[in-house]
Amino acid sequence: MTAPDATADPPAALATYATVEIGDQLFGIPIEHVLDVFVVTCLTRVPLAPPEIAGLVNLRGRVLTMLDMRQRLGLPARPDQARRLAVGIEHRGESFGLIVDAVGDVMQLAAADLEPNPVHLDRRWAQLSRGIHPLSPRLLVVMDVEAALAPDRAALAA
Amino acid sequence: MDDLLREFLTETAEHLDTVDQELVRFEQNPRDDAILRNVFRLVHTIKGTCGFLGLPRLEALAHAAESLMGRLQDGMPVTSEAVTLILATVDRIKLILAELDRAAAEPAGSDGEIIAELERAAGLQQDERGARPVSAEELDRAFRAASGPGESPVAPLAADLPAPLGQDEGASSRVQTIRVAVDTIEHLMTMVSELVLTRNQLLDISRRSEGDAAFKAPLQRLSHVTAELQDGIMKTRMQPIGSAWAKLPRIVRDLAPELGKRVELVMSGAGTELDRQVLELVRDPLTHMVRNAVDHGIETPELRLAQGKPQQGTIRLSAVQEGGSITIEIADDGGGLDHAAIAQRASDLGLLAGQDVERMSEEQIAKLIFHPGFSTAAKVSAVSGRGVGMDVVNSNIAALGGTVEIASEAGRGSRFTIKIPLTLAILASLIVEAGGQRFALPQTAVLELVHVKTGSESAIERLHGAALLRLRGELLPVVELSGLLGLAADGAAERGDFVVVLQVGRKRFGLLVANVLETEEIVVKPMSSRLRHLSAFSGTTILGDGAIVLIIDPGGAAQLAGAALNRGPAELPSADEALAEAAERVTLLVFRGRHRVLKALPLSAVTRLEEVDAATIQEVGGSPTLSYRGRLMPVVPIDGPDGLKREGSQPLIVIEEGGRHLALAVHEIVDVVDAELDIDPVPGRSDLVGRALVRGVATEIVDIGHYVPRLGGHRAAGQDRRSLVLVDDSAFFRDMLVPVLKAAGFSVRTADSAAAARRCLARSPADALVVDLDLPDRNGLDLVDELRREPGLRLPQVVLLASSAGPEMLERAARLGIHDVVSKFDRSGLLAALAEFETAWDAAA
Repeated sequence: MTAPDATADPPAALATYATVEIGDQLFGIPIEHVLDVFVVTCLTRVPLAPPEIAGLVNLRGRVLTMLDMRQRLGLPARPDQARRLAVGIEHRGESFGLIVDAVGDVMQLAAADLEPNPVHLDRRWAQLSRGIHPLSPRLLVVMDVEAALAPDRAALAA
Repeated sequence: MDDLLREFLTETAEHLDTVDQELVRFEQNPRDDAILRNVFRLVHTIKGTCGFLGLPRLEALAHAAESLMGRLQDGMPVTSEAVTLILATVDRIKLILAELDRAAAEPAGSDGEIIAELERAAGLQQDERGARPVSAEELDRAFRAASGPGESPVAPLAADLPAPLGQDEGASSRVQTIRVAVDTIEHLMTMVSELVLTRNQLLDISRRSEGDAAFKAPLQRLSHVTAELQDGIMKTRMQPIGSAWAKLPRIVRDLAPELGKRVELVMSGAGTELDRQVLELVRDPLTHMVRNAVDHGIETPELRLAQGKPQQGTIRLSAVQEGGSITIEIADDGGGLDHAAIAQRASDLGLLAGQDVERMSEEQIAKLIFHPGFSTAAKVSAVSGRGVGMDVVNSNIAALGGTVEIASEAGRGSRFTIKIPLTLAILASLIVEAGGQRFALPQTAVLELVHVKTGSESAIERLHGAALLRLRGELLPVVELSGLLGLAADGAAERGDFVVVLQVGRKRFGLLVANVLETEEIVVKPMSSRLRHLSAFSGTTILGDGAIVLIIDPGGAAQLAGAALNRGPAELPSADEALAEAAERVTLLVFRGRHRVLKALPLSAVTRLEEVDAATIQEVGGSPTLSYRGRLMPVVPIDGPDGLKREGSQPLIVIEEGGRHLALAVHEIVDVVDAELDIDPVPGRSDLVGRALVRGVATEIVDIGHYVPRLGGHRAAGQDRRSLVLVDDSAFFRDMLVPVLKAAGFSVRTADSAAAARRCLARSPADALVVDLDLPDRNGLDLVDELRREPGLRLPQVVLLASSAGPEMLERAARLGIHDVVSKFDRSGLLAALAEFETAWDAAA
């Protein structure tokens, strides 16, 4: 499921993405990773944790580690923090939540249309991107979920 | 994969384990028909199921094994070869099962050879496949004699073996078990946690809306049932430890002849239950330790005979539950640990790091086997060289929060005692609040709770930002939890509130929290992989109200607090950079003597502070004495005989020396102060080290040595005094320590530099050397290194004084054969270290 070369499928293959917005950017999360979408409540902060870890959330008895995707992408925090949406992800037996700005439709896109990352893409972004779908009117960045859940290498190097 | 097939695989694997065990038993008691019947029945069941599922290879193998067993049942003599053959068949079956599990189909291949051998052993003519070596009637008779498949062998498969399973059991004594997937139980566990949360919410609502009395009773019932349900689910996670032992008899049985040994494995307490998760984690360490006992513990039969022991060695494996933990013992009656060989090997491997083997205790040497990279197995056979060493055993057990201890007696055997918690899943904890957030603290580490309020009896005092708590006269370093975790201090701490007194190893410290909420049995959930590097937390839990709370790891917290606490009296391991700190920074207890003169003592010299009614101090033999903790304690007024109060409360500073106490009577205890000392000597005052400015006020620094001799040296009169050289550039410390060392029975010479120390030792040798780490001309370690290389110089026993010790420094000290590293202010630690030399000196004499 989590094989990174899922995009190397035969050209005719369609990939299904749950779309989310972070900042003004549209992202596609491969649907096989997505468990559910929920509103973040009762976030437990984790002292001493890396900055992109927003905290822990109890989702029906599961403990989810919440990642602030704006922080992860080096974007400024959202001015209004009233209602935060998150996408629940299961990865290697653990549950995570990606905090995003908005959740959109599910899209089916042809794997053949996936373009490589532009060479001058910000390093933090490039790490999390498996490639770009040039949709109209906006670009869709295919999120590398494994990389998103991994420690922020750019921040470590800095 | 087919559910039916999966179930078959699980069941057969368990059956085969039992067959392994039973066959080994059978070989030892060949006349015990019950065992054979049981094995026969199990093999027959396997054969039957294989036929049903269409697994011809397995069926043929099981059938051939069954035939041989049938012959044995008929009275054919039981030979080791026959049993080995059946075991080999079992191994082949296991191999095929593994493939079956992987590919969901029987692998291609032929077992003709092994089947032929089985048939030969059964005394039957070799025939084409499909031959019926045993008549149908014969089989039928044997099968009827065995107990039916209804008597499930699943649960007690490794339970105390004495009750033979095959004996006629009444229906009433049948063990009723079912097999449940672990995931199912884990899921149930999660659901029950959810239920608990919901119940708590309901209780909360009912408390707030008082009107609905009708809800009360059913709600209480719900609450009760939920609690029982939770308890029940927890119990389903428990498994008998025997299931981790199941393979051991077979291992021993196979291993012993390979090594030319005869070994019996005796197991007891296999029914002791512990959590599934813990069980999984001890399985490998136990297997390894039993292998080790066969390989290294038990001697060859010849050697045993020569020593007057029975040829057959015995390994005893036992488990017993004690409170919340389980103790597993692996004992053998072999030769015991060969300390010389261990030391030699460790030395060859370069593990000793300069430590002098001569000076190591047997226990220390025994512990070397836990060193990574250590393995005494010179010959890498099938036995050793499996990649698991005793170091892995040790670290696995430690990861479970357990301990391993070694006891060994030459010629009599050795014993490993493992102590592990019953479950990792449930933890009695204390819920506290700090920095506006709740945290759980494991109760095992909590000694007590102190409610602190400014102005109250137990109040937090601050010196240079470091907090201290006076607790029944003892001074306890305190750290703020919110500060420790980098949470914005919310000011609550300043208003006092609570100190949770924690004990981590030998260290004791207080954690200042804003509030203590409740005690709760919490279900521990593992920390997210992204957060596992945070040593301050050991996991998370979900509380009754649904909130997630982090569980504080007391060890991690102590490490975090290390730097903050190191300045206090309790010593904690700290980073090397602390070494750079000014050596003369001392925590002082400031008090007033007669005429209200300010005086001070290093806090580390003080055992306790007491306040007693002056009337309770009595004259015994002309000296003021107090009955203290059931013993008489001399009371010495700090300023001469008139210094005692006649009435009211008398503050006392209690000093302990070699188990005896002495109380210094003072006028008033003033404060605890962290100060940098610049001491001016005061000639003619033997009771003082000198005077110094403490917080800008002239203060007399008291020389405890002046009072300590009153306790009497603990060396018998007439015994030669040991000579000792004290190397410290600080006059304050020299003056402080000399009287103490003299009182302990040493003749003391002092040196203020490394050069002076060398001259001193060159003039005449000494029995002991006490060296400060920071010397003006050299580092104390370098000095010892040089002295060690000096030809013709007999290096004395060395104690190093250091304000704090990092691991690198400790390692170097050990390499240099430095016996002990003691904190500069740890007077009793120094004396204890010196006292340990007595044995070495006595041995040398």
